Amino acid sequence: MASESTHAVLQPNVGTAEHGHHPAQMPTGIMRWVLTTNHKEIGSLYLLFSLLMLFVGGSMALVIRAELFQPGLQYVQPEFFNQMTTMHGLIMVFGAIMPAFVGLANWMIPMQIGAPDMALPRLNNFSFWLLPVAFGILLSTLLMEGGGPNFGWTFYAPLSTTYAPPSTSFFIMSIHLAGISSILGAINIIATILNLRTPGMRLMDMSLFVWTWLITAFLLIAVMPVLAGVVTMMLLDINFGTSFFDAAGGGDPVLFQHLFWFFGHPEVYIMILPAFGIVSLIVPTFARKRLFGYASMVYATASIALLSFVVWAHHMFTVGLPLTAELFFMYSTMLIAVPTGVKVFNWIATLFRGSISFEVPMLFALGFIVMFTIGGLSGVMLAIVPADFQYHDTYFVVAHFHYVLVPGALFAILAGAYYWMPKWTGHYADETLGRWHFWLSVIGVNLTFFPMHFSGLAGMPRRIPDYALQFADFNMISSIGGFLFGFSQLIFVWVLVKAIRGGEKAPAKAWEGAEGLEWTVPCPAPIHTFETPPKFVPEVDSPSRH
Amino acid sequence: MSSQYYVPPTSKWPIIAVAVLGLTAVGAGSLMSYGSGLPFLLAGVVGIALVMYGWFRDVVNESMGGLYDAQMDRSFRQGMGWFIFSEVMFFAAFFGALFYIRVFALPWLDGQGAKGITALLWPDFTASWPLMNTPDPSIGGPNAVINPWTLPLINTLLLVSSSVTLTIAHHALKEDNRPKLTRWLIVTLVLGFVFLVIQGIEYVEAWTQLGLTLQAGIYGSTFFLLTGFHGVHVTIGAIVLLVMLLRVRRGHFSANQHFAFEAGAWYWHFVDVVWIGLFLFVYVF
Repeated sequence: MASESTHAVLQPNVGTAEHGHHPAQMPTGIMRWVLTTNHKEIGSLYLLFSLLMLFVGGSMALVIRAELFQPGLQYVQPEFFNQMTTMHGLIMVFGAIMPAFVGLANWMIPMQIGAPDMALPRLNNFSFWLLPVAFGILLSTLLMEGGGPNFGWTFYAPLSTTYAPPSTSFFIMSIHLAGISSILGAINIIATILNLRTPGMRLMDMSLFVWTWLITAFLLIAVMPVLAGVVTMMLLDINFGTSFFDAAGGGDPVLFQHLFWFFGHPEVYIMILPAFGIVSLIVPTFARKRLFGYASMVYATASIALLSFVVWAHHMFTVGLPLTAELFFMYSTMLIAVPTGVKVFNWIATLFRGSISFEVPMLFALGFIVMFTIGGLSGVMLAIVPADFQYHDTYFVVAHFHYVLVPGALFAILAGAYYWMPKWTGHYADETLGRWHFWLSVIGVNLTFFPMHFSGLAGMPRRIPDYALQFADFNMISSIGGFLFGFSQLIFVWVLVKAIRGGEKAPAKAWEGAEGLEWTVPCPAPIHTFETPPKFVPEVDSPSRH
Repeated sequence: MSSQYYVPPTSKWPIIAVAVLGLTAVGAGSLMSYGSGLPFLLAGVVGIALVMYGWFRDVVNESMGGLYDAQMDRSFRQGMGWFIFSEVMFFAAFFGALFYIRVFALPWLDGQGAKGITALLWPDFTASWPLMNTPDPSIGGPNAVINPWTLPLINTLLLVSSSVTLTIAHHALKEDNRPKLTRWLIVTLVLGFVFLVIQGIEYVEAWTQLGLTLQAGIYGSTFFLLTGFHGVHVTIGAIVLLVMLLRVRRGHFSANQHFAFEAGAWYWHFVDVVWIGLFLFVYVF
């Protein structure tokens, strides 16, 4: 296997003729990336795009943290502060976390199920390239007359309708484009998983990452259209005089919240289920044991996904719901702790009496287990209706969802990136730099978000550019931590560039304890893998074997 | 399962599709936000039509060239099935909104139920459905609503019949009876077309004579949202079936290989089912 050509996935302009199905049609230069239908190249595009968005959204977070470093107005006006909180949320959710998981899915799902590519490769190209357009439109609103979205990433009506800036129609268009991208990407992933598995691989033989993505894709197809519907209703209210979210005409602003969170809560699990999948691969690899409770992991994931459709109003406890609804949504929300607890138990049981080593992917995975659990437990606190009346719209909520999204989802993505970097680039990530990245991130993330629990419990409201003096110390710590965390992520860019350019070469099976078909192909993976279906014997290869 | 997978070559259509969709989004956004951008919007819409023509033409040619195997066929089937599921959820959001307004929001504004305290906003408001008088009189409701037992009933019969005629056409295709297939496909298209014409007549009547407009409070909002998006879907479905008719005339499809036709039929039955929901919950009850 000619390794210089196999670099091609991350390096344009490198010939691939000896691997190509159709060398004559392979465009070169930038057009190769524009026209590509290869799952590895599209996966790389998704991952690099999400990395860029991570820094764009992260810069906005640092604007917020700089302003909140001290009480009073320092650097930005409240109007701009509102645009920063809104855009930070939108970009991190739709531009960084979601595309990163789709990128990992593109890269790894075909290789884990023994498929040559995604089921619908051209649709795959279409899904990716919609994203830069969608986020180009979204970011351009910041420069428009009246400014960009300033109503929070949840864009509640009437803030986002009656009182919205004129650019809101652009915001709606960008959400539509990103939504089309997500739905088509999810359809592609489901078709790939259900249809392109190598002969002999049953559903219960699939890796947990494939399983969690199958369920995530179902959630995406079920709820992204609801998001499309609700922004369409907003568009009509703004531009065509309808009354959906206006009580004066018989509508209801609370209806907006119901529709939004019917999308929004499954969306939360869309951003965490694939993370569960990644951690469920990494922990067994570095504990050198098979995953404890494979089947229960699958059922727990499915249970979480199904429950996610009946918990949405826990985001709305203070909006004025009937008591019956408050009780129902409180109990249904608490139920989610059961399958989530099953997962955490299984990860710990996998570690139990394992031969554990602490390479960088494992560090991030263990960090995930500990800190995601902190976020999960504060979620149970928020599920309690009378307590939520106190916590609602305070920094406690901000602390909660940042614990599940940053040391949760983002750490899992980084764990996956370190885990599969040998497969992508052919080289191990620099271990020393990786450790610096991990430890500075852990310190930064906890300095940033742990004090928010306290400022929130003491009553500091979220999305406000100024605050009372008694919150000053907590905010100063948060801001220092935020800058530490933000700049620590530059180490990752350094690690990635180093691994692409060189470093310790990895064998096909880059990690001693790793299992799965992706470790049967060379590192780096050649541009086309599994042109003929690989051999799969469940009794030997299945993660669920006994 | 095949021993060798089919991996389609690269295509220029996806990126062109992204460009024209982006153009449409920018055109629509700037038209609505700042009152200019119509040329971009029109260019984008024309572009979308051209891209769909070009992209689908390539796929049809590849299919006719025998490039697709059984596995590709299954991928297409699953793709279409899940796409229709996403459409179901799109309409589910709108039906959900309708039910929420009727069951919760309006009675509460009237002082009934668990959150009847909302009646403090407009103490004189009385809830009813269809909502003829909005809580704030300055918005104003419709003067009258469409009688379900006139044009909507005819439309229901038309659309249900069209599902039947399409199934007859499908069976004719499976028997390789081309004249019968063409005949019943044309009948289906005519039924769909007449449906759209009647819907247009109904809209004109609603807008000009009944005062039933998008601005006529929540009744007008939900009425046009649900029937409007359904009408758009009927139009898309009819265009798909028209393309199927043209392909049948060119001798495409075989008795056991005609997924494009089936996909169009699935879509048509889907818009039919949505209509039944509309007829019951928008017009009748």
